[in-house]
Amino acid sequence: MIIRRKPDIASSEITPERTYLNRRHFVKKAAAAGVLGTALGPRALQGKTTLQELHPRFSSMTSEMDEPLNSYEEITTYNNFYEFGTRKSDPAENSGAFRPRPWKVEIGGMVNKPGQYELDDLLSGITMEDRVYRLRCVEAWSMVIPWYGFPLSALINKVEPQPGAKYIEMKTIVRPEEMTHQRFPILDWPYIEGLRMDEAMHPLTILATGLYGADLPNQNGAPLRLVVPWKYGFKGVKSIQSIRFVEEMPINTWQVQNSHEYGFFANVNPNVSHPRWSQARETRLPGFRKDFDTMMFNGYTDQVQHLYAGMDLARWK
Amino acid sequence: MNQKRALFAIKTILWVSALSPGVYLVSSLLRGSLGVNPVEKLTLWTGMTALVLLLCSLAITPIRRISGWNLLIKLRRPLGLFAFFYASAHFVIWFAFYNIFDFGYMWADILERRFITAGMAALFVMLPLALTSTRWAIRKLGKRWSVLHRGAYLAGILGVLHYFWLVKADTRLPSLFAVVLIGLLGFRAALQSQVLQPGKRQRGRH
Repeated sequence: MIIRRKPDIASSEITPERTYLNRRHFVKKAAAAGVLGTALGPRALQGKTTLQELHPRFSSMTSEMDEPLNSYEEITTYNNFYEFGTRKSDPAENSGAFRPRPWKVEIGGMVNKPGQYELDDLLSGITMEDRVYRLRCVEAWSMVIPWYGFPLSALINKVEPQPGAKYIEMKTIVRPEEMTHQRFPILDWPYIEGLRMDEAMHPLTILATGLYGADLPNQNGAPLRLVVPWKYGFKGVKSIQSIRFVEEMPINTWQVQNSHEYGFFANVNPNVSHPRWSQARETRLPGFRKDFDTMMFNGYTDQVQHLYAGMDLARWK
Repeated sequence: MNQKRALFAIKTILWVSALSPGVYLVSSLLRGSLGVNPVEKLTLWTGMTALVLLLCSLAITPIRRISGWNLLIKLRRPLGLFAFFYASAHFVIWFAFYNIFDFGYMWADILERRFITAGMAALFVMLPLALTSTRWAIRKLGKRWSVLHRGAYLAGILGVLHYFWLVKADTRLPSLFAVVLIGLLGFRAALQSQVLQPGKRQRGRH
């Protein structure tokens, strides 16, 4: 199925799975105790294991998925986060000055409990969990990532949207002094993404606050980002500062940038070609060859296809 | 003698600078230090190097005319050949890894994606230029050689278009390439409009 390249590090340097799991357990405890510091950096978290071993309790949700996780280093050094630069290595290199705490999220639009929420207040009472998802980028590469977060629906229920709210719109924060590339008109800042309300309420849709059980690094969208596993990665708006409940379909940033190439739905679909990349296949990183067959809805068809019943997916890109 | 030494010096600089991206890429690949997506880096940097070298080869004549340093003409052929070498490597990497040696995939890519159409066209324009870069071919083709090798400008235009159409949002670098290319084309047009072309004799003999 998947042929993986051997990692270029000596086997003695790879954390054994057992140790990794113990460490991970420790990481969670330490995080809970508030002592997780930089000492437990990427090196300690560099384990690789399979979903079933690491996340037995999610195996029912994604039982067909026996694909190796990408390493912490892979997930945190190869990012599209144009606010910090357009090369894949830029976000890891340029996001050091970004301060993800303290953090406020503005809840607005058609909602009963609008306001400026402290992130910790907003998350209080919400149960965090691990979710292992494939991430399929529109650029035809993919990874498998163990997120840490919670269903977006939990937050939505908490702030009580009004019946008129049909869509949800989320924006990345604007801080050109810390996000160096917001000083250039590369995209129409702030970055905007949106979901239809039923998509937002779907149990697979999560807001992530971490990965590999530890806090989200800046380059991955700290402190709060969207993850919608059956859509292309650009839907996953990072460093979310604003969440609005609206009646009209939001116009997302990439659609503004190039409406011929990007639409609102952006569901992973091997049958709908893109002007820049054939979407039929993908490169499962860190592999070399684009030889992994892309799955409809990124492999989550059974869970999500009912959302799009009767819709022409070639038209609603 | 001085002339000879100067020629040796600039040729050395050319060979070292033209070979170093390739040496760097191959050694990084072997050391596994090209990051999470090595193929993406290999593709980007072979393409970038090809384009820079191609524009350098087009810049030789303007620089020579302005500076009067005729020796520079000796760099034009190696620059063009190195550009072709990197463009070929770029193509092979793309065919091998993105299209996994499948001609069907390759054709679909060429036909459906304009940036690939332009890139392929650039390579096809460069191919006969590389093949006719020998002294023998220059002698044999005579005047037709100069006409044929104006194709280098076409390859430059196609190469810049390829890069411009590829980039999703950040067009700063391709724009810079485009400005340089337009400058070179402008200079060429200005030369063309002059009745006297003092450099022509040397070029014919080269």
